[in-house]
Amino acid sequence: MFPFTLEKATSTQAAIAAGAEGARYIAGGTTLVDLMRDEVERPERLVDINKLPLGGIRVDGEEIVIGALARMAEVAADENVQRLQPLIAESLIEGASPQLRNMASMGGNLLQRVRCPYFRMLDAACNKRAPSSGCSAIEGRNAGHAILGTSKACAATHPSDVAVALVALDATMRVQGPRGERSFPVEDLFRLPADTPHLEHTLLPGELIVEIRVPGGAHTRRARYLKVRDRASYEFALVSAAAALSIMDGVVREARIAAGGVGTRPWRLRACEAALAGRKLSRAAFEEAARLATEGARPLHHNGFKVELLPRTIVRALEMAGEVA
Amino acid sequence: MNVIVGKPLTRVDGRAKVTGGAQYAADFNQPGQLYAVIVSATVGLGRVSEIRSANIEAMPGVAAVITHSNAPKLPYLLHKGVIDPAVGERLHVLQDDAVRFFGQPVAIVVADSLDHAEHAAAALRIIYDARRPVVDHADPDVARIIPDAAGADRSRGDADAAVAEAAVTVDEHYDMARENHNPMEPHATIAAWNGDRLTLWSKSQFLMNEQAEIAAIFGLPAESVEVICPFIGGAFGTSLRTWPHVTLAALAAKHVQRPVKLVLTRKQMFFTTGHRPRSLQRVALGATQEGKLTGVIHEGTGETSRYEQFTEALTAVTDYLYSCPNVRTQYRLAPLDTGTPNHMRGPGEASGIFALESALDELSYKLGIDPIELRRRNEPQIDEAENKPFSSRSLIHCYELGAERFGWSRKTPEPRSMRDGRLLIGMGTATATYPAFHAPSNARVRLLADGTAEVEAAASDMGPGTYTSMTQVAAEFLGLQPAQVRFRLGTTDFPPTPSHGGSWTMTSVGSAIRAACLEAQFQAAKRAIADNGSPVFGASIDTIEWAEGRLRRRADASAGLSYQEILAKTGDPIEAEGSAQRDPEAAERYSMHSFGAVFAEVSIDPDVGTIRVRRLVGAYGIGRVVNPLLARSQCTGGMIGGMGMALMERTVLDARDGRPVNAHMADYLMPVNLDAPEMEALFVDEIDPHVNPLGVKGLGEIALVGTAPAIANAVFHATGKRVRTQPIKIEDILTA
Repeated sequence: MFPFTLEKATSTQAAIAAGAEGARYIAGGTTLVDLMRDEVERPERLVDINKLPLGGIRVDGEEIVIGALARMAEVAADENVQRLQPLIAESLIEGASPQLRNMASMGGNLLQRVRCPYFRMLDAACNKRAPSSGCSAIEGRNAGHAILGTSKACAATHPSDVAVALVALDATMRVQGPRGERSFPVEDLFRLPADTPHLEHTLLPGELIVEIRVPGGAHTRRARYLKVRDRASYEFALVSAAAALSIMDGVVREARIAAGGVGTRPWRLRACEAALAGRKLSRAAFEEAARLATEGARPLHHNGFKVELLPRTIVRALEMAGEVA
Repeated sequence: MNVIVGKPLTRVDGRAKVTGGAQYAADFNQPGQLYAVIVSATVGLGRVSEIRSANIEAMPGVAAVITHSNAPKLPYLLHKGVIDPAVGERLHVLQDDAVRFFGQPVAIVVADSLDHAEHAAAALRIIYDARRPVVDHADPDVARIIPDAAGADRSRGDADAAVAEAAVTVDEHYDMARENHNPMEPHATIAAWNGDRLTLWSKSQFLMNEQAEIAAIFGLPAESVEVICPFIGGAFGTSLRTWPHVTLAALAAKHVQRPVKLVLTRKQMFFTTGHRPRSLQRVALGATQEGKLTGVIHEGTGETSRYEQFTEALTAVTDYLYSCPNVRTQYRLAPLDTGTPNHMRGPGEASGIFALESALDELSYKLGIDPIELRRRNEPQIDEAENKPFSSRSLIHCYELGAERFGWSRKTPEPRSMRDGRLLIGMGTATATYPAFHAPSNARVRLLADGTAEVEAAASDMGPGTYTSMTQVAAEFLGLQPAQVRFRLGTTDFPPTPSHGGSWTMTSVGSAIRAACLEAQFQAAKRAIADNGSPVFGASIDTIEWAEGRLRRRADASAGLSYQEILAKTGDPIEAEGSAQRDPEAAERYSMHSFGAVFAEVSIDPDVGTIRVRRLVGAYGIGRVVNPLLARSQCTGGMIGGMGMALMERTVLDARDGRPVNAHMADYLMPVNLDAPEMEALFVDEIDPHVNPLGVKGLGEIALVGTAPAIANAVFHATGKRVRTQPIKIEDILTA
C-alpha cells in the first residue's frame, strides 16, 4: 500500500474543500481499500466522510430519498424501500455478500470500480488503470466482459447491481461540489469507455454524492431483478436484468428494462421497453422485445454466450415482474 | 470392553477453534521478527535480466532485498520424499536467473512491517527477457510423454478389439479444468534460527518431510530442524509438499539474522503451491445389449511442469472397478511451463472417475438400463487387474442404501422428463472409490500418576478431526474415558508419522497409537503383577484382563486396580512407543479399496441455465467408522468439493503469459453457503479384518470422489445434454 494521510471530515463543506484539493472520499471502503492494498489505487490523502449527515432513507411524496452514506444492507432492509421500491431491495440483496453490504455505502456502490482481472493486476496492461498502456482483456480472457458499449480501449462491465435497478427506475442523484449543488439522472453518472476508459463518471473534481432520489409510479410494484451467475451468491453477474411493468387489463402500459453484466455501464434498454408498450402480456411479446436487447452487441472471444443469455434473462425477469410464470 | 471408537464424540479442539485459542502457523509471532514478501515473476518464461533494487533498500523499514544475485548458494542436497514426484528435481529458489513459470519467486523483500515489505516489494522493478510459455494442455503441439514411473499403461485382454466389435459402444473425450486447493488458511511460515538450529512454525500436512526437505536444502542434519504446526485451516493436499516459500522464509531469516514471517497472498497461492492438473481423457466402452461390459479403454493425460513429473492415479480406478475381460488404461503427461501440480483431495481418482462414470451413465441410457442395474451387472467378484479378492467391497450395498434414502425409484428414466414447476429436475448417480492405503507410523503413550494419559505423534489435523478421533482410539485401547486422554500432534519432536493425506492418517497413525496403548497397558500390568501389595500380584499375564478401567483377575472381577493405583506406588509414569505396519501377508493377498455410491438431484432453469444442486446423498463402505459425527462432516465437506469440481472450480490461465487471471476468491468460484444442498452421508456396516487392526479404510479422499460425475449425470437427466467438461457452466446449458 502507498502511504497516505487520513482525516475525518467534520462537515460536508470541509469534505468538499478537501476533495477539491484532490483528496479522495472514503465511506465503506470496500472497493477503495481493496484496491489500495493491491496498489491499483494510490490516493495520497483520504477524507473519511462517514460522520457526515448524509445517511438515512426517507419518503418524500412519491419519491424515496436514499442518503449517499446509507449502507446497502440498511437500504435493502428498509420497510419503505421494500414496500415502494422492491426492485431496489432485491438488487441490493443480490449484490456482494452480507459482510460487504453491511459496510458499503450507496454512493460508493455507484462509484465502485470494475471487476476486470487485468485492471487489478499491476503487471498487466490496462487503459483504465494506466491510460494508453493497452487492454489485456480484449485479446485475453474475457468471459466476464461486456458486449455492449465497448471500445477498442476497454470492455470492462460496470459491476453494480443496484445501479441497474436505479437506471431502470429513472432515479436521479443530488451532488454537492465546490461550485454548488446539482441534480441529474443516475444514468448520466456513467461514461462509456471510448478512448478514455480511465474516466468512469461525470462527477467534477470535489463533487460528493449527497443523495439518490427514486421516483414512484405504477411500474414500481411489479418490478424484479434477476441476476444470473454460476453460484448463488458472492459473484458478479454474468448477466442481470431489472424489469418493471405497469400493466392494465393485461396490457403493458409501460415497461422499464435495464441490464447488468453486459454493458460498460448499467444498460438501459429503451428499444425493448418501446416494443413492449401497448402489447398484451405474453411470453411471445417478452421474447420479441428482448430480441432487441443485443442490437449492436460486439462479443469478444469468450463472452459470446452473453448474446444468448441476455435476451433469455430479460424474458425471465419480465415474466417474474409480470407474474406470468 | 470400553467402547469409545464409533461414538459421535464432539471435537475435543472445538472450543479452542471457535474461541480463537487454536494457534495456526502465522499466529506464532516471534520477538524481533521481520516480515518477508515474495516478489513473483510477471512473465511466464524467460530470465531475469535486471533487478533495480538499490532504491528499494533505502525505502522505509526495508531490511533486505534478496534475489538470485545476492542469495546464498544453498546446498540443495538430494531429498526425495514419498510425497515428491519420483522423477525430476524440485524448484531451486533464487539460485539462478531462470523464470520457468508465471509467478515463480524471483525476489524477497524483508522489512520491519508487513506494510513496508509489501510496498517495497511492489516498487521493486525487475526487467525480464521473456518468451511465450506453453500452458494450454489442449494445444496439439504439446508433447505427451510416458511417465518414467511404472504403471502408466495396464492391459488385460484386447480392449481395442472388444470395443470395436461391441454391440453397443460409447467413445468420448473429457476435459477437466485445473483447480487450486484454496483452503481458508494461506500458506505461512515463521522461521527462526538459533545458531545452526532452525525452528519453523509452518503450515504443513507432513511435518517429517518438511523437516527432512529443509534440512537437505540447507545441508543440515534433520534433527537441527524443528517443524511446528498444531493446527491447519484446511489444506486439501496443498501443504503435503514443502514449497519454495518455506525455503525462502528460512533463507531470509538467515540473511537478516532475525526471525522472519512469510505469509503467501491468496494470489500467490495460485503460483507455487501446486494445483490439481487439468486432465484430458478418453473413455471407450463396449457392451452387450444386456449391459455386460466387453471392453473398456481409458486414456488420460495430466499436466506437469518442465522440471518434475507429477503423476496421479488418473486411470487407475478403471483397472479394478468393474468386471470386464478386456481393459486397457494409459496415462501420459504433458509438460508445460507451469509450476509442478500436486495432490488435491481425491487426486487422480476424482478426475478419472468423472470420465469413467460419465461414460457408464451414457451407456446406461443407450441401453435403456437403469444406471444402478448396469453397475450391478458388472460387479466383479475379485479385483480383476490384480487377480486378488477385495479385502471388503460394499459397492452394491452402498447403491442399495443410497438409492433407498435418495428416493431413486422416483426417477423417471427419460431425460428432461422431470419438472418442478418450470424448473427441470435431474437425478444422477456415480460410483466412488479410493484405495485403502497404509504407511508405517509411530506413536507414544505416557501413563501419568493421576491416571490420565498423554499420547503423541507428529501427525496433523487439517480438519477431519484427528485430535478427536485419535483421542477416541487411545481411550478405547487404554480403557480410559476420552477426557482422561490428551492427544498432541504437530511437532517433529513427536514420533514420526506419514503425511496427513491419502486417507491414511487413521489407518496408519491410529494403528500406531493402538500399538502404543497396548504396550503401555502391558507394562502397567507387569508393574502391577510385580507389586506384592496389588490384587493381581504374581498373576500370569493370561489370567488377567482390563475391564471398566481396571486391571483384574479374570477369575475374580471384584478386586482390581486402576492405572492411578498402579502408578501411585512409585509415581513414575509409564511410557511406551508403538509402531504399526500393514500385515505384509494381507497386503499381498488382498486388494484394498473403499467404495461408495453418490446420488445427486439438480434443478436447472430452462431459460437462463442456472444449475442448483438440491440434494446429495453419499453411501460409503469404509470399514469401521471411528466417529460418525466427524465422518459425516468429512463427507459433506468432500461432497461440496466435488460440487465445486462439477460446477464451479476452474483456474483460468491467460495463454499469452501463463497468468492465472482469476487468482482471487471473488473470481475463482467455489460453492458458498447458499449453494450448499441438503446432504446426507451414510455408512454401510462393513467389517474388514485385513486392512489394519482397527478395521478402518480411510474416508477423506473418497468423500470427494464420485460427486462430480453424479452431478454431471443429473444434469444430463435434467436437460438431455451431456457435458463432458468440468466445471459445467451456464453457457454449457444454454445450448441444451
